[in-house]
Amino acid sequence: MIKFSEEKLKQVEKIIARYPEGKQKSALLPVLHLAQQEFGGWLSPETMDYVASLLGLLTIEVYEVATFYSMYNLKPVGKYVFEVCQTGPCITRGSDDIIKYIGERLGIKPGETTPDGLFTLKTAECLGACGYAPMMQMGKGFKEHLTKEKVDEIIEECRRSAAINN
Amino acid sequence: MGRKLLLDKVGIVGIRSYDVYRENGGYSSVEKVLKTMSPDDVTNEVKKSGLRGRGGAGFPTGMKWGFLAKPEGVPRYLVCNADESEPGTFKDRYLMEHIPHLLIEGLIVSSYAVGSNRTYIYIRGEFGWIVDILEQAIAEAKNNGWLGKNILGSGFDCEIYVHPGAGAYICGEETALLESLEGKRGNPRIKPPFPAVKGLYGCPTVVNNVETLSTVVPIINMGGDEYAKYGTGKSTGTKLISACGNINKPGVYEIEMNISVEEFIYNDEYCGGIANGKRLKACVPGGSSVPVLPANLLLKTAKGETRMMTYESLSDGGFLTGSMLGSGGFIVYDEDQCIVRNTYSFSRFYRHESCGQCSPCREGTFWMEKILWNLEHGKGKMKDIDLLWSVQGNIEGNTICPLGDAAAWPVAAAIRHFRDEFEWHVTHPEEAQRRNYGLAGYAEPLKAGV
Ligand SMILES: Cc1cc2nc3c(=O)[nH]c(=O)nc-3n(C[C@H](O)[C@H](O)[C@H](O)COP(=O)(O)O)c2cc1C
Repeated sequence: MIKFSEEKLKQVEKIIARYPEGKQKSALLPVLHLAQQEFGGWLSPETMDYVASLLGLLTIEVYEVATFYSMYNLKPVGKYVFEVCQTGPCITRGSDDIIKYIGERLGIKPGETTPDGLFTLKTAECLGACGYAPMMQMGKGFKEHLTKEKVDEIIEECRRSAAINN
Repeated sequence: MGRKLLLDKVGIVGIRSYDVYRENGGYSSVEKVLKTMSPDDVTNEVKKSGLRGRGGAGFPTGMKWGFLAKPEGVPRYLVCNADESEPGTFKDRYLMEHIPHLLIEGLIVSSYAVGSNRTYIYIRGEFGWIVDILEQAIAEAKNNGWLGKNILGSGFDCEIYVHPGAGAYICGEETALLESLEGKRGNPRIKPPFPAVKGLYGCPTVVNNVETLSTVVPIINMGGDEYAKYGTGKSTGTKLISACGNINKPGVYEIEMNISVEEFIYNDEYCGGIANGKRLKACVPGGSSVPVLPANLLLKTAKGETRMMTYESLSDGGFLTGSMLGSGGFIVYDEDQCIVRNTYSFSRFYRHESCGQCSPCREGTFWMEKILWNLEHGKGKMKDIDLLWSVQGNIEGNTICPLGDAAAWPVAAAIRHFRDEFEWHVTHPEEAQRRNYGLAGYAEPLKAGV
């Protein structure tokens, strides 16, 4: 059985309190974000059912939302997820080459995860950083003005911090 | 130097923090409205300013506030649209990252005008770190008495909450946004009823863009009439333009709406010219949804007049020879860019972002992407170009929300202005894989610099 810690449950209470009485369904998107963070970086059916019971929703209400939005992962992902923007403005600044390069460096194609479970490569549609292209999302932040050298550094950095945390 | 009203203080060290913001005159508009003005006075100043919505449609803000239904005993809501997902657009993010208190100040004043005691900022989920910046600014404002109950003893209560989305361009459309804020899929609603009558939780609601609501601050500080002296004609004031693509200085610029497109592209104060000494081929001046213009039509209208960075001038000539100011997402293409490839990428974007409710959009975006992929990859036939034209025409105007139009317009404009390049992809399938079509006959040779 999965369950939020006491501290996270308090956070859920605070999220629900942002909305008028009886409108706790509004808390669904933020609570799903929290659940994804807490329970392994993706939303398993068990996680979604838990969120439904927390907010007093039907499970279908959670499934239909989880499947609509691109930030919710419906299958496991690597520890580090690289989401590289591939929309027009990034193309003008060479995003195609960057996507190809990351794929070669990690030995995977977009949509795949490395066998060691460290990296997932994804392509993304416009992330609102067109002036700082090419770019990608990694966790809560953006990595902008990407070059091959910068990509190498980011990958090394991830490997280092994963080694320390293990 | 052009005059600035939003980003004038961005250079001040520490302006992101409450103390520095306050020392530099921050929150004076809240004092002014709560102590000396009625909600209707505030709306009137905004009407006088001529402010038009900065989210893309350019609808007059004061008029929108005036439409708000005010039934007795029913709460009203103000919702700030910070979904910012239109390709080419990254201005709201800049404002929120660099001077978050300006938005919070604008939200308090605007909440007072429309009578919202619970105001939401709907921000795209990918901007996770900006959620933290905004929540900190809100906490600081609250600790200093600008939010909460009975603000400055005025009897007005207001709370602001940040609500993150989860990755869906469609949630920038105001009714999809409201659905999403209610915890549902982002499926746009049929209008009418408009949000002004039935919005969030079925209550009267105003949805405005981040930049629009921030602009309310200088309007209140200087007065609507004074604000209206900035800019030209019905394009009053200043506008944030996010410039990207093949220019020397990509970034966010606040312009007064009285400069020419040529000045914006070539002047060092703004884009600083085309990068790597290349020549200008084309430009999408207002975010991916608006028509692309070849260089010659971009700098001068079909009538031969200088094209200005204003709502009117950019749309001069309609969709035949003009475009739109839209959201201010200014995407510049140099001579090495392939129009077919870029159009394909936009179609892929809209296919990915279509919510799937309306068949013309769901199926049409799918087919446009497929046809454009074929053309781009040397597998297209001449009749595909006509098919593409027909598909886009069948989407436009046939959907619940304007995402369908937004998907159709860029395709229509690309074929209209760059048909040669599409045909070249069909007649030279192998060459098209190796090199780009280049400038060909589209652009006049341009002088570099103004
Ligand atoms: C598909 C689609 C996406 C949109 N995305 C945004 C957006 O990201 N931000 C925004 O402010 N407005 C967006 N809009 C416009 C909103 O529907 C609405 O007109 C706007 O928020 C109103 O604010 P304004 O009057 O201050 O411009 C979008 C519209 C459509 C049809």
